[in-house]
Amino acid sequence: MTATQDFTPQIPNQAEEVEQLHRSWRHPRGVLGWLSYTTHQAIGTRYIITAFIMLLTGGAEALLMRTQLARPNNGFLSPDRYNEIFTTHGTTMMFLFAVPMMEGMAIYLVPLMCGTRNVAFPRLNAFGYWMFLFGVLFLYWGVFTNAAPDVGWFAYPPLSGPQFTPGKRTDYWAQMITFTEVSALCVATEIIATIFKMRAPGMSLNRMPLYVWSLLIQSFMVIFAMPAVVIASSYLLSDRTVATQFVNPAEGGDPILYQHVFWFFGHPEVYIIFIPALGFVSAIVVAHARREIFGYTAMVLAQIANGFIAFGLWVHHMFATGLPQIGEAYFTASSMMIAITSGVQIFCWLATLWTGRPRLTTALHFIYGFLVIFVVGGLTGVVLASVPLDWQVHDTYFVVAHFHYVLIGGALFPLFGAFYHWFPKITGRMMDEKIGRLNFWVLFIGFNLTFFPMHIQGLMGMPRRVYTYPAEMGWGPLNFIETIGAYIIGIGGILFIANVVSSHRSGRIAGNNPWDADSLEWATASPPENYNFEYLPVATSRYPLWVDRSERAFVTGLRNDRREALVTTLMDAEPHHRYVFPASSIWPFITAIAVTIGFAGSVFNPWYIVWGSVLSGLALVGWFWPRGDSEAES
Amino acid sequence: MKRAAVPAFALSVLYGCAWHQQSALNPGGPQAAKIDTLWWSFFWLLGVIFIIVMTVLLLTLTGRRANMEREALEVTHKASPQTESQTRRIVTGATIITILILFVLIVASVGTGKAIADLGFKKNPLTIQVTGNQWWWEIQYINGDASQTLVTANEMHIPVGRPVQILGQSQDVIHSFWVPNLHGKRDLIPSRTTNEWIEADQPGAYRGQCAEFCGLQHAHMALWVIAEPEDRFDAWMRAQLQPAASPSTQETIRGQQVFLNNACVFCHQIRGTTAGGQNAPDLTHFGSRRGIAANTVPNTKGNLAGWIVDPQSMKPGNHMATIAVNSTDLQPLVDYLESLK
Repeated sequence: MTATQDFTPQIPNQAEEVEQLHRSWRHPRGVLGWLSYTTHQAIGTRYIITAFIMLLTGGAEALLMRTQLARPNNGFLSPDRYNEIFTTHGTTMMFLFAVPMMEGMAIYLVPLMCGTRNVAFPRLNAFGYWMFLFGVLFLYWGVFTNAAPDVGWFAYPPLSGPQFTPGKRTDYWAQMITFTEVSALCVATEIIATIFKMRAPGMSLNRMPLYVWSLLIQSFMVIFAMPAVVIASSYLLSDRTVATQFVNPAEGGDPILYQHVFWFFGHPEVYIIFIPALGFVSAIVVAHARREIFGYTAMVLAQIANGFIAFGLWVHHMFATGLPQIGEAYFTASSMMIAITSGVQIFCWLATLWTGRPRLTTALHFIYGFLVIFVVGGLTGVVLASVPLDWQVHDTYFVVAHFHYVLIGGALFPLFGAFYHWFPKITGRMMDEKIGRLNFWVLFIGFNLTFFPMHIQGLMGMPRRVYTYPAEMGWGPLNFIETIGAYIIGIGGILFIANVVSSHRSGRIAGNNPWDADSLEWATASPPENYNFEYLPVATSRYPLWVDRSERAFVTGLRNDRREALVTTLMDAEPHHRYVFPASSIWPFITAIAVTIGFAGSVFNPWYIVWGSVLSGLALVGWFWPRGDSEAES
Repeated sequence: MKRAAVPAFALSVLYGCAWHQQSALNPGGPQAAKIDTLWWSFFWLLGVIFIIVMTVLLLTLTGRRANMEREALEVTHKASPQTESQTRRIVTGATIITILILFVLIVASVGTGKAIADLGFKKNPLTIQVTGNQWWWEIQYINGDASQTLVTANEMHIPVGRPVQILGQSQDVIHSFWVPNLHGKRDLIPSRTTNEWIEADQPGAYRGQCAEFCGLQHAHMALWVIAEPEDRFDAWMRAQLQPAASPSTQETIRGQQVFLNNACVFCHQIRGTTAGGQNAPDLTHFGSRRGIAANTVPNTKGNLAGWIVDPQSMKPGNHMATIAVNSTDLQPLVDYLESLK
């Protein structure tokens, strides 16, 4: 066993201890073993790969739509097919790509950055992944059996109600939401517990990396936002399956109530996606500008404020429903406040880059691309916050342009930056920088070619969600340019995949810390072993790898013959007690199957809720059955 | 980066474009004009901010940064205290300026909203009830005198210079009434009535389109607002209030028979005949209208014949029944409907 840790401690029987660690953290073998993995690297990687496949799927759907819209009165897609595809595209990108991708990255990185061995609840983590995967399979089973949802990713009643959308399409959609809710809540719980209780000794809250802060805030947002969408999708599902009339106006229900509840979730959802991306930006800026972040406290406070304000501006999605003027003024002001907190963060990054010594790696290219695109998206967001302007541009291509600038610019560009930045850690090899730069420029140009003209198109009257448009409207040329841009983005995606495949096979060996970065994930081997660190590190600074080697410290005295880590106090991360992780287990997988039987079956027959509950209960008995092994001792 | 060219390009497209009949930036009335003014003040102010931020961003890439010494960052990873305090002043200043600008924008935005709301309280308004249906618009001119109440579809005439109150309703799902040259959107929500004031200050034909996704044929749900001088509007109104003209030629008499003897009458009304259906557009003065099938295609004899024979190919999924009209009956039917001026 070679010393793979930057915190190279001198321990007499080190080799023996590391050998023990290896044995106790080894994955079980075989197919059943593979289904039983509970390490955060394995689960995180599964999330990342599944979500990436969903990105490709959603991207392919986008290309189909762009092909249909390339010229007026095009017959490439029928209206029903087009409506299915735009609904599936939005649903896939929001629920099955963006959120799970951010969660997967967090599951992989947070324990490493916090200097611990796994997330706090490894079995719950595995369960969350299986629920996400089954949600994916459930929705796409519908898509491939000609039951794709076709009422938009927002599914406004009464259009989505049983009267106007008979059949099972909308039920597939609404129940898929339930799968992702469960998964997201699992992840949020374990990320909060990991961050609060398992940070490296010495990593007090004010020494936490900004990326970890962003995940803490995002996880709390998930916990507060998801119940709202639980309510919305339950209203809809029960109206559809057992004829409750929550949101059916024909029977005294209120379709606007659905919109309020949906957007009370839907707006924070956007921040749930892009706050972790802002964390990527901070991490990459610090590592590649080679200086400490400017304005750490301001950044943290701005992110927290972002998280709070996100819950106070949902109504700006509903300005066209007609509001009293005082309500309009309130939601205009609250929507514009987001520009302050986002502005502070942008100024701090600019200041860090300005006073730093930026090294123009591909990762930093993506951050510069992010800053350009995100600033445009932020400014058009200010336009949308204004009620009179929103009346004109709401539900037009202007809004399509805006949120792709915010979500692709604000989340996908940082995500690609993060791929280039952390790929060496995850695989042990560097990605090719030359292809990387080409990759960046193709994506950047393709993106702007696709989405910039949409601003103009929206002001010129083209509404969203139309499967075609008459030639006399004159929208043809812009649409054609956008379709070309979309295919250029597609080429960018292929370049990225090519780079990943070739670098994974034959990239330069990365070593522990190829970027000379500051945070703890770079203090161990690339890729990290299942136990992450041979000896848990101690954080003596906000930038633990930038302090002098002689001042670094580590933890000894943990048992290595079982999966053990240190629990520390919430504020100051002082060592509190030792904690034993549960062993690998097949039960999370079995439980997920039981829950899936209940969820999926209830779309067809409400009694499956009962059968699913019984089966889940049985599975949980198995999950918690005492085994008299090491975990029971604690 | 070539972004400097983008605003110039955007401007030339915005000003020079040929399609002005459904544009938020070509106002035909005071509401849209106020929003247009607000848009351009936002555009210039936010444009300047964008250019400043991008300039700073580009400068971080060059070696030249005002008053900064090159510090040994590779070792310390820290900027000097002087640099930090100087930067802090700049960042604080930028944040304060951001807050002030946002405050100005909020005041401008709320002020415009108030000014638009005030435009409604004028004398002598015209009240029109717009009802959304999958996928067409019912237009009803409300009048205390029932004999002056007019129902038509997919085309609205309004007098220039007179405020018009739009009462929005829906028969089925949520739609959104949007004629960008006159005003922004207002949703049409089942079980509710929404309210919006529009006004045209110059004659013209303004196109509108449903802006809330309403199902299969959301793309083909357009309407025309024709703004005319008061006297021409009055003449139009008088003509529309008349029952349908009796057919005068042999061809059109035959056509009326075809219409009345077929399932058409279950859904369509033609005042002055026994056709009294209420589920589909009123056809009393169909021949005077610009378009067919909620303005999916222009109102020509050829298009009408195609529409009657096979409505599902022109607008797949729409709710018009396909009625077997034999070829000898088709031409008279088309002639009759087009004669309903």
